[in-house]
Amino acid sequence: MAKLFQNMSNSKAHLAEKIFEKDIEKIPTRNGYGEGLVEAGEKDKRILVLCADLSESTRSEYFQKKFPERFVEVGVAEQNMASLAAGMALAGKVPFISSYAAFSPGRNNEQIRTTVALNNANVKIAGAHAGISVGPDGATHQALEDIALMRVLPNMRVIVPCDAIEAKKATVAAAAIEGPVYLRFAREKTPLFTTLQTPFQFGRAEIFLQGKDATIIACGPVLYEALLAAHLLEKQGVSVEVLNSHTVKPLDKKTILQSVSKTKAVVTVEEHQIAGGLGGAVAELLSRECPVPVECIGVQDRFGESGSPDELMDAFGLTHPHIIKAVKKVLKRKV
Amino acid sequence: MIKRQYSIEELEKIANEIRQDIIKMLVEAGSGHSAGPLGMADVFCALYFAVMNHDPKNPAWEERDRLILSNGHICPVRYATMARAGYFPLKELMTLRKFGSRLQGHPEREKLPGVETTSGPLGSGLSQAAGMAYVGKYIDKTRWRVYCAMSDAEQESGQIWEAAMFAGKNRLDNLTAIIDRNNIQIDGCTEDVMPLEPLKAKYEAFNWHVLEIDGHNLEQIIDACNQAKAIHQKPTIIIAQTIPGKGVSYMENDFKWHGVPPGISDIPGEPPKNQQVKIALKELRTLHGKIVSEHE
Ligand SMILES: Cc1ncc(C[n+]2csc(CCOP(=O)(O)OP(=O)(O)O)c2C)c(N)n1
Ligand SMILES: [Mg+2]
Repeated sequence: MAKLFQNMSNSKAHLAEKIFEKDIEKIPTRNGYGEGLVEAGEKDKRILVLCADLSESTRSEYFQKKFPERFVEVGVAEQNMASLAAGMALAGKVPFISSYAAFSPGRNNEQIRTTVALNNANVKIAGAHAGISVGPDGATHQALEDIALMRVLPNMRVIVPCDAIEAKKATVAAAAIEGPVYLRFAREKTPLFTTLQTPFQFGRAEIFLQGKDATIIACGPVLYEALLAAHLLEKQGVSVEVLNSHTVKPLDKKTILQSVSKTKAVVTVEEHQIAGGLGGAVAELLSRECPVPVECIGVQDRFGESGSPDELMDAFGLTHPHIIKAVKKVLKRKV
Repeated sequence: MIKRQYSIEELEKIANEIRQDIIKMLVEAGSGHSAGPLGMADVFCALYFAVMNHDPKNPAWEERDRLILSNGHICPVRYATMARAGYFPLKELMTLRKFGSRLQGHPEREKLPGVETTSGPLGSGLSQAAGMAYVGKYIDKTRWRVYCAMSDAEQESGQIWEAAMFAGKNRLDNLTAIIDRNNIQIDGCTEDVMPLEPLKAKYEAFNWHVLEIDGHNLEQIIDACNQAKAIHQKPTIIIAQTIPGKGVSYMENDFKWHGVPPGISDIPGEPPKNQQVKIALKELRTLHGKIVSEHE
């Protein structure tokens, strides 16, 4: 781990030694979902996994191979899947429904709203292939509004893991929560920059880097870009605190307000529309409780498109150079 | 508007070229779907070169027949057929799935004129086709027809049956739907994942006129589309029995080729990845003529 970064890094966060080295291991967060399902399924026999003709790419097949009798294939029928799961939950089971985020919770949003959320049914929704990093498949398959859809539903919790290790922890944690949870995963391989020792607690944001000039609040694999930005800014004499806000709902008010009342400037980072996403959630909180300048990195009211994941992340302004610019901008706005 | 009459032999040759285009596009793109597009090359060739009224030079022509592609993932076959019909230069096919391309990984109306609607998420094409047909039949009283290409696996989604019920109720005889009945989907064979049979009886029960054909026989495809025009007071559905991956022996009838192009990965039981493209193109070039079923 680079010397400078080691000084800033919160030792309790136990980030990967190799965090900024070229050969850092990369695995898609959806793999963590598959592994988490197997671990949770071993502990809790009530867990059922449903899938809508995407068992390999959602990694629900890891569970299918281990527990075929508790795996349910529903075909291309996401609306049915959501309400089947609601029925199973009302009959005492803990169903996880798996598809791409564009279809679940995209396609089946009303079924989730009424039969899952309003019923407070114990259903876990796993949306894979979220974000523009889906790449060449294009806009139809790049869910950029799923956090917003789920965040506005009462009873629903929202977790956006930053790497495959955290994704596994989040899946296991979701299984233990009584009630609806939305878990968001990505298609692409992304760096494994946390470790087994990195703390994960549902509803609690983790301070990954300590700083005093500004706070970056991020979720999902783009958190890595935020850390990279903070690392480069440190070299320029700007000290940035970086929070991993994996739980987007409920937000960890305490940790966020503590950090922001110290730094008095915020940049949010996510691979999602800013409207309704983490940026929106943070802005809602801070406007009420601690009004400070906020800059948001995220998708700005446009659809995705085809391209390579790297190309798109850059074109949509989601990589570290854009984050660095946003930090500098927010510092200028600071009173 | 395409006025020229093509012979069956000419159409077969075009369908074969479309298949070669599909392989080349997918290889250049490095991702995308192989099985469905290859399997539907004959149907798309028939629609664009023998069945539909349309004008490649004026994609927004009011009087055109509309083709809704519901299963957007097979768009390479639509793109290749459109290019062959003169909508845009053949070389643009090589931009498929690239940043800035009009040929998005799943087709988008706002990007490419002639695409009619955006699709990819399965199951919503038939509703849009029925909406257009309703306007054509009852509101604007037009002469154009609506065609809707669908996959078999999307018959598993409820919206298809909501649309089927609407079209049956409203006797949308200006609507012809075509199902790519290739028996595969991502997780396996349709009848294992979620059985669709008896599909014919289902549509009949929803008040549709149902035709079953060999989806690789151009004569049968054209005849069925013409028959549909003569059916009154009922929408027509053509269940086209197709072979996924048609024309490339190692891809045929194998669900593993749903969503991967040749030449990208070593797949157990398949030719080595550095041979896949060569074999595919060679088979298509030399099999021309044999690629059709009964005809000849
Ligand atoms: C609503 C929706 N759910 C899931 C998917 C992902 N998906 C893409 S194609 C497909 C099924 C493939 O079977 P079929 O449609 O018959 O196409 P084929 O493989 O025969 O080309 C699925 C589930 C999707 N595109 N839309
Ligand atoms: Mg199929």
